[in-house]
Amino acid sequence: MKDREFKELDKKLRDAIPPLRQPELGRDLWPAMLQKMNEPRVRVPWFDWLLAAVAAAVLLFFPGAIPALLYHL
Amino acid sequence: MDLLQRFATGDLDAFESLFRQHQGAVYRWIVRIVRDPATAEDLTVETFWRAYRAHARFRPDGNFEAWLRQIGTNAALDHLRSVRQHVPLREDLPADPAPDAAEQDESRRAIFSALLSLPPRLRIVVQLGLIEQQPYREISDALGISESAVKLRMFRAIRILRKKLQQWDVRP
Repeated sequence: MKDREFKELDKKLRDAIPPLRQPELGRDLWPAMLQKMNEPRVRVPWFDWLLAAVAAAVLLFFPGAIPALLYHL
Repeated sequence: MDLLQRFATGDLDAFESLFRQHQGAVYRWIVRIVRDPATAEDLTVETFWRAYRAHARFRPDGNFEAWLRQIGTNAALDHLRSVRQHVPLREDLPADPAPDAAEQDESRRAIFSALLSLPPRLRIVVQLGLIEQQPYREISDALGISESAVKLRMFRAIRILRKKLQQWDVRP
């Protein structure tokens, strides 16, 4: 790409989406931080761990299944 | 023991002091990426939460702000990936006046759409490097990649943008 074309696109971009003017934080976020820290941690159900372990074991013993799995993902 | 050493041991008071010192800088960095104040506030809290949980991995002789910026960039990238193409960039934030904005409305919308359609890892480079004019050095530190990798991503992003705008018959 030529330098001139790059500069033109750069200018167009900045005309379309102007840079922010010194964005400032309007409030103290520490109370929100404390609230987040006190939230109960999301627990992963035991069944999900079991499922993950079974899937890992299958892939370990039958590595030929990996391409098929990737295809379906 | 200084503040960073105390933080690295998991001291909550040290974390609060560091939070109050750096929340503004982290917010300013993130809002330049997501361009939405409310989302940027949430992501700032998320950034510090991730940092607090990873306190044991922080080396007190390191640059705390650069470390936070890297965590914040990852949080913002996760956000961009999760809302990809669903949430447009806000246009009503205080910004430098755009010349001839009214007469180029259609072209603006096309450029907006083209930018939103970029993969987040390319879009973030364009937003920070081209739109916000942040130094490549800072972008590369925040993304954890080399400056030449940032330039490469920028080149790829521009090429995709240009191609899209040509397809839509908008002269770049």
